[in-house]
Amino acid sequence: MNATFTPAPGAAPVPRQVLTQASMEARLMLRNGEQLLLAIVIPVIVLIGGVRGAEKVDLSYGVDTFTPGVLALAVMSTAFTSLAIATGFERRYGVIKRLGTSPLSRTSLLLGKVLALLVVEVLQVAVITGVGLALGWEPDVSVLGALAAVVLGTAAFAALGLLVAGSLRAEATLAAANLVYLLLMAGGAVVLPASAYGSFGDVVTFLPSGALGEAMRTALMDAGIAWRELGVLLAWAVAGAAATARTFQWE
Amino acid sequence: MPDHPAVLVDGLVMRYGDKVAVDGLSLTVEPHTITAVLGPNGAGKTTTLETCEGYRRPQLGTVRVLGLDPVRDRRALLPRIGVMLQSGGAWSGVRAVEMLRHVARLHAHPLPIEVLVERLGLGECGTTPYRRLSGGQQQRLGLAMALVGRPELVFVDEPTAGMDPAVRRTVWDLLEELRTDGVTVVLTTHYMDEAERLADRVHILDKGTLVASGSPLELTRGGTVATIRLVVTEPFPPGAPDSLTAALGPGTEVTQLDAVSLLVTGPADASTLAKVSRWCEENGVLPESLTLGQRNLEDVFLELTGTGEVAP
Repeated sequence: MNATFTPAPGAAPVPRQVLTQASMEARLMLRNGEQLLLAIVIPVIVLIGGVRGAEKVDLSYGVDTFTPGVLALAVMSTAFTSLAIATGFERRYGVIKRLGTSPLSRTSLLLGKVLALLVVEVLQVAVITGVGLALGWEPDVSVLGALAAVVLGTAAFAALGLLVAGSLRAEATLAAANLVYLLLMAGGAVVLPASAYGSFGDVVTFLPSGALGEAMRTALMDAGIAWRELGVLLAWAVAGAAATARTFQWE
Repeated sequence: MPDHPAVLVDGLVMRYGDKVAVDGLSLTVEPHTITAVLGPNGAGKTTTLETCEGYRRPQLGTVRVLGLDPVRDRRALLPRIGVMLQSGGAWSGVRAVEMLRHVARLHAHPLPIEVLVERLGLGECGTTPYRRLSGGQQQRLGLAMALVGRPELVFVDEPTAGMDPAVRRTVWDLLEELRTDGVTVVLTTHYMDEAERLADRVHILDKGTLVASGSPLELTRGGTVATIRLVVTEPFPPGAPDSLTAALGPGTEVTQLDAVSLLVTGPADASTLAKVSRWCEENGVLPESLTLGQRNLEDVFLELTGTGEVAP
């Protein structure tokens, strides 16, 4: 019989490490009231408010336009704002430093984060789709187009979220992530189509928000694949990841 | 038993800008020992520890931990060491046991977490989020996280800072049990009694270099010179050290440690003792205690580092 503390070191298999990290991050995100507000409550309010408001003023947009836009908004809130704030405070509390001496590699840490984002996004999509259908949404779906938009949108916004979180202090990250979210929600062609922005509409589809919104609308209104917008998202993801890799400070 | 030391630091130099944090430091840690690293603030302890943990790359010199390069062989080394940070290291909203289970699951053969929960009293933390735990509770969780992966070597940075005396004793027992079970422990502390009680070997750092090293006994014996420590009930009159030196004659040295205590270094025999008593009588000071030949680690530390400040 060994004594209690007899050394028996070893790393868990990498898949188990990644799953452990992902389930912890997803749980913490869903436990946090502000994050939940951002992930579920605000998108649902925007969806119901948008559809009801549009009916009242007899706007040409209905639930078929709003639901894909709100799905894009949900992806942006999770992959950008939630991720940036959570990562900013992980740096502040020394979590990333502490995990830096655990068997978890940086690649596994990032994989865990991405997996956690996808778990939360699945929940968001389920809730928003349910609310949309209840409001009379009749989508015309390209599964491939929608999946590509969610994945590339997540990649682009996550890279930008980590760029902010890895270079600013936790409080500054909190402020910047919320501010950018509000600005893009209002003026970034996420919820409303780029065509609603007049001559500014051409520019706005080069923003990650506009590209994601248009890609979701193409996939869920016309069952199409918005190749150009997906290309824009990919470009943001690559540029964001490169900038993050150069600037991210782990402590 | 491996043929290399658990930790080998050889000629380590670390600079931040033009400030030299570690200045040609060399030291070793033998396997299956408790080794304490002491030094005043800014002595280079944390930088040295963080270089051993692979957080920093040596600018000059060599660092080997369990025979491995902490930067190059990081992935091979990390599962084998446990690290307790001075503070933080957990999500603000996480529960203590949840956090411990998380770290356990990253390892291949973790300790049953109930063992650590019970030994370190983490059950009392319940569902309280990390940010609302007391300093002592956060420290205990930090220690548990360092141990749960069954490491061969643990680095603990001020393990008992902010703990009440009873918990401190529990942690001391735990660290001693680690050594018995074959784990090497490297600790920094600013409690001299902690180093004196636990450490097999003490390294004292000052201004980035090693100024003394040995067992607590070797360090406090101070060669063949003995000491007399005089503590009085009221502060000494001005000039007391000089007047006592004159009374004792050549071959002795008097150091004032604080307002009410003096350290006499020299032959601690009956004659010197009698002279000290007579000096007290003549100067109207009332001894509270007169202790022979027991220079403690704190005296050594203060002499070597020349600071009144005893800090990690």
